[in-house]
Amino acid sequence: MTDRDGITSITDRVERIDAQGVVAILPLGSSHAFVLGEEAVLLLGKSGPQRIAVHDGGILDAAGDGKRIITGGDDGKVVAIAADGTTQTIATDEKRRWIDHVALGGDGSVAWSCGKTVSVHAKAGKGDKAGELRQRDMPSTPAGLAFLPKGFRLAVAHYNGVSLWFPNLAAEPEQLAWKGSHLGLTVSPDGRFIVTAMQEPQLHGWRIADARDMRMSGYTARVRSMSWTADGAFLATGGSEQVILWPFSGKDGPMGKQPKLLAPAASRVTVVACHPREPVIATGFSDGMVLLVRVDDGAEILVRAPGGGAVTALGWTAKGDVLAFGTEDEAGILPL
Amino acid sequence: MSDKIPVTVLTGYLGAGKTTLLNRILTQPHGKKFAVIVNEFGDIGIDNDLVVNADEEVFEMNNGCICCTVRGDLVRIIEGLMRRKGKFDAIIVETTGLADPAPVAQTFFMDENVGEKTKLDAVVTVADAKWLKERLKDAPEAKNQIAFADVILLNKTDLVTPEELRDVEARIRGINPYAVLHRTERSNVDINAVLGRNAFDLDRILEIEPQFLHGDDHHHHDHNHDHHHDHDHDHHHHDGMKHYHDEHMQSVALKTDKPLNPDKFFPWVQNLVATDGPSILRSKGILAFKDDPERFVFQGVHMILDGDHQRPWKDDEKRESRIVFIGRDLPEQKIREGFESCVA
Repeated sequence: MTDRDGITSITDRVERIDAQGVVAILPLGSSHAFVLGEEAVLLLGKSGPQRIAVHDGGILDAAGDGKRIITGGDDGKVVAIAADGTTQTIATDEKRRWIDHVALGGDGSVAWSCGKTVSVHAKAGKGDKAGELRQRDMPSTPAGLAFLPKGFRLAVAHYNGVSLWFPNLAAEPEQLAWKGSHLGLTVSPDGRFIVTAMQEPQLHGWRIADARDMRMSGYTARVRSMSWTADGAFLATGGSEQVILWPFSGKDGPMGKQPKLLAPAASRVTVVACHPREPVIATGFSDGMVLLVRVDDGAEILVRAPGGGAVTALGWTAKGDVLAFGTEDEAGILPL
Repeated sequence: MSDKIPVTVLTGYLGAGKTTLLNRILTQPHGKKFAVIVNEFGDIGIDNDLVVNADEEVFEMNNGCICCTVRGDLVRIIEGLMRRKGKFDAIIVETTGLADPAPVAQTFFMDENVGEKTKLDAVVTVADAKWLKERLKDAPEAKNQIAFADVILLNKTDLVTPEELRDVEARIRGINPYAVLHRTERSNVDINAVLGRNAFDLDRILEIEPQFLHGDDHHHHDHNHDHHHDHDHDHHHHDGMKHYHDEHMQSVALKTDKPLNPDKFFPWVQNLVATDGPSILRSKGILAFKDDPERFVFQGVHMILDGDHQRPWKDDEKRESRIVFIGRDLPEQKIREGFESCVA
């Protein structure tokens, strides 16, 4: 079951990239940006990798929309990087506190969290409010940020639930309550569901319209990677010795339905990254293996054989023509 | 295994000398690099490159156990620090004076990511020789910190008389007879006394002996030993130390030379920590099971237990089982009877 000797292998088509300690891979322009754990972002341009220094220290979070990358660092800075490599410091915490999380909205709005405070730079606000900085303290330190796909609204994960905040309104954020520590957050592409990864090895979800709860459990470890399939039908997740896909196409989401289980393995899935157009999931494991897995029938293609440290990051270009991966020791790209 | 980053937790009531100790550790010529996690509200500067502010957020785990709490900020900060792996050799967490050490310790056992990358080395408590006795009366946090400690620095010894010093030591021993105790002035102590202790490492559970039986603890200064100083009605040990029983916080130590039945012992101890976990701060044991050639050791924090076979019993070693619990209002008779019922 876990013996991949017989499956199709395209490991010989992988090109090595000189990068270590990659913590995130995001699409940027027609290529990729490798976000490193410390100091720099590596842009893969036509003239080879270009190292862009962005932080004086560790890089704690990164978000991208294809046109820009936003990073938050332990130097208290929020930095934007354009596809041509130009950088712009968006904010600096005067006490040099850590910028724990960042988010980038569809309209270019940037949000970040520092301590209990969430800040939003509204780029495309209405009328004279454009560009204003809005700040709000959360009940406890945010552990995840994401813009909702529609409207200028931010979801913030924290202890005992999620706050839904309209930064342009004075109203108190709406609370989606569920006891426990919520550490990561994702919003479905259609904006109907919010899912958090909890301190315990389980997910919690809400249907935003009526705040209906859904628990998704059965993991062997804390879930540290979640990715929506291109059609939004499934949420692919790591945290177990297989990819667990929760069905979200019906009006009730995964409630009362069984998850789809793909790519069973001896090691744990650490990273998942769905192809931006096709029903294919790039899957990285704790033993360094990378597979392409087809959602419909579970067919697999081997991209990187097991060996070395765990896979730490996976990412597709916007068009989906190149997959990039990073492990604890090395990095590579696979042109398709 | 040994490439896990060791983490030392510094606790102690307000004004005891934690930050002074921290700065001493950082400035001694040891060639080590530290990442330091401190509370935001500290007013003394920290002499270190990598200093992170924590906000001491204590979170309950969703497992129905009220004592299963973790420090959410530590989960986040340690994950962030690991991005700078290689820039430091060890982590020191300085808590506030009011902090409970248990959630800090439990974070290393409850969070998989933290436990994978780091290991808890020891809980070091700094106590003020002049004011500890008062704090033990009015501040439950101070008592918790003494009871939880692996290493205690009894600080500011220059501000008390030898009699007062012995008296406050006896108070400490009445709560926690197992911690290693160092007398200090201005938190001046050899770095090796507080770092690299491996106090939570099962392989280092070699013996479980109350420390005061070994004499008058660890000296860094000369003290006059007056063995004729008190003629009251307290109990006396051979070394002249008074013996106090704290009314609420105490240790229960049990031993037997009869081999234990593992099928009786494990259900008993698991049930004990499940029901009395909130009041049991620390536990430790060395066990001799019937027909088992190896020593079994365990240690625990509240209801979290960690145990394993350690090594074969040596031929010249007495095969006996010893366990100790430190906690609040412990049901001693119930624990004793339960332990005795585990004999094979």
